[in-house]
Amino acid sequence: MTSLPTVTGDKRLGLVIDLDTCVGCHACATNCKEWNTSGHSAPLTDVNAYQAEQRGVWFNRVFTYEVGGQGPSARTVHFPKNCLHCEKPDCVTVCPTGASYKRAEDGIVLIDHDKCIGCKLCSWACPYGAREYDEDVGVMKKCTLCIDKIYNKNLPEGDRVPACVATCPSKARHFGDFADPDSKVSQLVRERGGFDLMPETGYRPTSKYLPPRPGNGANGAPKKLEPAPDLAGAGKFLRWVDRVLSR
Amino acid sequence: MHPAYSVILFTTASGAGYGLLALLAVFGAAGVLPANTWLGFVGIGLGLALVVAGLLSSTFHLGRPERAARAFTQWRSSWLAREGVAAIAAFAPIAIFGIGWVFLNDTSGPFAWAGAATAVMAFVTVCCTAMIYASLKTIRQWNNALTLPAYLVLGLATGAILLVTISALFGVYRPAFATLAVVLLALGLAIKLAYWRQIDTERPRSTLGTATGLDRFGEVRLLEMPHTEENFIMREMGYAVARKHARRLRIVAALALFVVPLALLALALWSGPSLAIAMGILATLSAGVGVAVERWLFFAEATHASMIYYGRTA
Repeated sequence: MTSLPTVTGDKRLGLVIDLDTCVGCHACATNCKEWNTSGHSAPLTDVNAYQAEQRGVWFNRVFTYEVGGQGPSARTVHFPKNCLHCEKPDCVTVCPTGASYKRAEDGIVLIDHDKCIGCKLCSWACPYGAREYDEDVGVMKKCTLCIDKIYNKNLPEGDRVPACVATCPSKARHFGDFADPDSKVSQLVRERGGFDLMPETGYRPTSKYLPPRPGNGANGAPKKLEPAPDLAGAGKFLRWVDRVLSR
Repeated sequence: MHPAYSVILFTTASGAGYGLLALLAVFGAAGVLPANTWLGFVGIGLGLALVVAGLLSSTFHLGRPERAARAFTQWRSSWLAREGVAAIAAFAPIAIFGIGWVFLNDTSGPFAWAGAATAVMAFVTVCCTAMIYASLKTIRQWNNALTLPAYLVLGLATGAILLVTISALFGVYRPAFATLAVVLLALGLAIKLAYWRQIDTERPRSTLGTATGLDRFGEVRLLEMPHTEENFIMREMGYAVARKHARRLRIVAALALFVVPLALLALALWSGPSLAIAMGILATLSAGVGVAVERWLFFAEATHASMIYYGRTA
């Protein structure tokens, strides 16, 4: 059913992405591709993988923005983006086949690839550009929140997090349950002022972003570097005195 | 938005087909058109051919057309599914009305009721087609109050031009048909002019600042794309070829779809039935080109919210 679930389950799973610590390394995108090309959504097809005009299905895309204009307040923000598993996902309700659905128990938005007819209307309905068409298989694909990893009993419990979260070297990605006010993700959103992307569209994303912390701008940097005193012409004794006093 | 030729053909052909079928049904049931076998065969046949060609064409842009029957299941939530269900349901009254007209030469009594049902289902189906686009909040050029009236009036207007031509060919032309077409064309032109004015003056609903939530720090500018080649989103949503020639194409659409057919049919009205065949055929050809350009622009001028992340405005 592409109608949204009328009862909500105990869990609302999603991600918190910390724009303060993300270093834009693309490891999340790479590990996501690695895991998902052999899991629930397999394969994540690449076309022309080793030549010009290459294109393929990726669930994570990392943008880089320049914020605050020019001058001392300017900053660079790396911005990973994937499906936000919205509370009001129009991508689900527009689906004519029932291939797209939002799970009642944990809020994950999924595609049944055996039912999808590849009409692409769901990608038209998503303002975040999170759904991609696999032209080789002829169906739509999207982030599953690594559903085949987070519930996988064959993995050690600590590994049961989405691939993008597991691999992030700067701990900029956090996975958890937003329905639990004491979960780490709920706490982070409360303490750091987590926000929704494009709140004006009314899709109510589950996953949140944390803003960059206020930096020093250029204020923390030394105003001017002092030139090193010129010791040319100084004898051995004076150089010894300089070394002692410089300690 | 990428203007797929299959979707342009689908919306324009099925619009004209349903417009023609609705008008034939109303005028047939009302006894204005005679229940003549060949008139019914050609008129209803052409309407059906346009509708079927449009529906088949819409399956060509599917990744898995062999599963197309699944698209009828989710009518509770999806306008695309509703469109499919309405299109299939419409065939029932069309078939009954067509059998009555073509084989029994009877468009009265129960067949008149089937004619009324044909008109209603044609109306419902075109509404569903329009709502597929009008319901998408991600595309401000579609998600507005003028999309639905434009689809309805353009379907009826192109259907009315076909009605003038067919009725003239069979010698059952009435000035009322050309008058109706002229009124619908004038209304269509007014709607499209208002539509173009609206999409030109409306402010973008989202900006890169609200899309990233970084507007609190000031102006946001794209520094680096996620990748060097174009991805699916950029090719499907980021189509920008038409923008360069949008002004000229709008003039072409306005002239070919509205002004020229309107002038030709007005000439037919002024000169009497003798010119109706020639004017009808010329108006059909002109409107055919015009509606294709209009629909191409409808897609090509539409900007998608997701492209904001790629540094575009939407």
